[in-house]
Amino acid sequence: MNVMSPDSYVTADGRTIGGTLMEMKNITLRFGGVVAIKDISFDIREGEIRAIIGPNGAGKSSMLNVISGFYVPSDGDVWFDGAIRPKMRPYQVARQGIARTFQNIALFEGMSVLDNIMTGRLTKMKSNMLSQAIWWGKAQKEETEHREKVENIIDFLEIQTIRKTPVGNLPYGLKKRVELARALAAEPRLLLLDEPMAGMNVEEKEDMSRFILDVNDEFGTTIALIEHDMGVVMDLSDRVVVMDYGRKIGDGTPDEVRNDQKVIDAYLGVSHD
Amino acid sequence: MFYREAGDFKTSYEDDSQTFPIKFDRLRYYAVLAVAFGIIPFIINDYWANAVFVPLMIYTIAAIGLNILTGYCGQVSLGTGGFMAVGAYASYKLMTSFPDVSILIHILLAGAVTAVVGVLFGLPSLRIKGFYLAVATLAAQFFLVWLFNKVPWFYNYSASGQITAPERTVLSIPVTGANTDAWAKYMVVLLFVTGCAWLARNLTRGSLGRSWMAIRDMDIAAEIIGVNPLKAKLSAFAISSFFIGVSGALFFSVYLGAAEVGEAFGIQKSFLILFMVIIGGLGSIFGSFAGAAFMVLMPVLMKNIFVGALGWPTDLAAHLEFMVIGGLIIVFLILEPHGLAQLWRIAKEKLRLWPFPH
Repeated sequence: MNVMSPDSYVTADGRTIGGTLMEMKNITLRFGGVVAIKDISFDIREGEIRAIIGPNGAGKSSMLNVISGFYVPSDGDVWFDGAIRPKMRPYQVARQGIARTFQNIALFEGMSVLDNIMTGRLTKMKSNMLSQAIWWGKAQKEETEHREKVENIIDFLEIQTIRKTPVGNLPYGLKKRVELARALAAEPRLLLLDEPMAGMNVEEKEDMSRFILDVNDEFGTTIALIEHDMGVVMDLSDRVVVMDYGRKIGDGTPDEVRNDQKVIDAYLGVSHD
Repeated sequence: MFYREAGDFKTSYEDDSQTFPIKFDRLRYYAVLAVAFGIIPFIINDYWANAVFVPLMIYTIAAIGLNILTGYCGQVSLGTGGFMAVGAYASYKLMTSFPDVSILIHILLAGAVTAVVGVLFGLPSLRIKGFYLAVATLAAQFFLVWLFNKVPWFYNYSASGQITAPERTVLSIPVTGANTDAWAKYMVVLLFVTGCAWLARNLTRGSLGRSWMAIRDMDIAAEIIGVNPLKAKLSAFAISSFFIGVSGALFFSVYLGAAEVGEAFGIQKSFLILFMVIIGGLGSIFGSFAGAAFMVLMPVLMKNIFVGALGWPTDLAAHLEFMVIGGLIIVFLILEPHGLAQLWRIAKEKLRLWPFPH
């Protein structure tokens, strides 16, 4: 069994899960009269794979948008790395070390795979406009350094052959992988994956699951993911949050969640008699 | 056979990301530079300078500027003519106020002044995009032309309301004014177009260029992965306007010599340069050259064919010219919406594999 301690523990497969990296405290999100998220609290611990599941329209993506700073919660606080996060723009959140992928692929279609992934490193690139304009000194040096980091990620995700291909010409499965590469390029502390396996066949799903586990294992990246494929979620994640109609109805290890009556009801429906 | 990547191994990332990765392209580029700097200045005459090379290169600079804003950063602008006017009037005021300073510095400063004005008119882009932004920049076009007409200080209270470039020299060779030789005009403009193309290429290949393209392709995703939209958009406006300002300054001082704002920098100019960018290819430096060449050379060619070779009356030729060029633009946009640069890209792609089809 897992050896639990308040601050860190070791999982059955030997990974160390650290203290709390991000904590959502009583988050409520309203759009006019519609309450998308109602009073939800949960935490994400350093090094773990945290899944958010729930039926369609449960508010999962809205929750991810709150974490990535795209939505500002109507009520409640977002804690990151031990401090309350002040109101900030999405690009500032990105600079704190949160990267994400999107449910509908949001790659930059006019750019090559390499440029897309290099764009993921923008938060780390510091050379000024003048140096870039004459392409001398810092700009060129920086470009090479970052290219090296990006090439590591390209190797890691096995997309070497397509690095110079325009993204628009790629098949769906590879686009998803390039998007993961772009998010990884930022060397995030917290990686958010919005349905990384949506629309994939079994083989592609297996590849993607392997990559997600490898990312977590090799880089120690904390991952929060939304996924509809229950098999994948239960196999990958350390802990699962279950949402339904904007509320949290379950939270715990995959086994606990699987056997939770409220979760079963939400997924299978319950007769009102 | 010689147009191949095979066998040309890149062993560093600098080599791999160079502008012309294929050796033949690189040699061709040096050959073009050698001809432009080493041969043409010695054989150029007034006709070739004034009808072809000088306007072609000046429009190329403007097209590069607009291409950075529209092609790379995705912000549509119809204010190009107005920004060229800012460059022209800034260079005029600088030339007449500080006659001892080199004209080359004045032209660069005119670009800088235009950059500031461009940023001011770029502020609405933080809130609006697409057609609405186009209309906002159209306001810049009309306002700036009105301003330079209305405030006599800008044209030094001259009776005609025109601005006239005084004679200025570089290394004691006149480059503006009536006594300028064709080759001197050509060389000044060539220096600027080479420098601008080089700067533009560098700016678009690095992190700044990527942040522009990210904003163009998907602005929300760009912001979420860490692009500051304010910085990206305003820097695109600034740099774009800098190039357009330089081109306006050259257009007035070196090419026209005297200008009246509504005539030289009216709305037609904005559209002309927008056509160049679209026909040449959005998001391509080469496309700026190709588009400018198309729009400058086609009328010259038509005139030579209709009037010179066929001996038709000039008014008929002029009307026919409009129709043919308009038709060609439409045909082009239907057949190849990504412009001449895309045709060039496809040709190169085919050439790499030639004589095999795949």
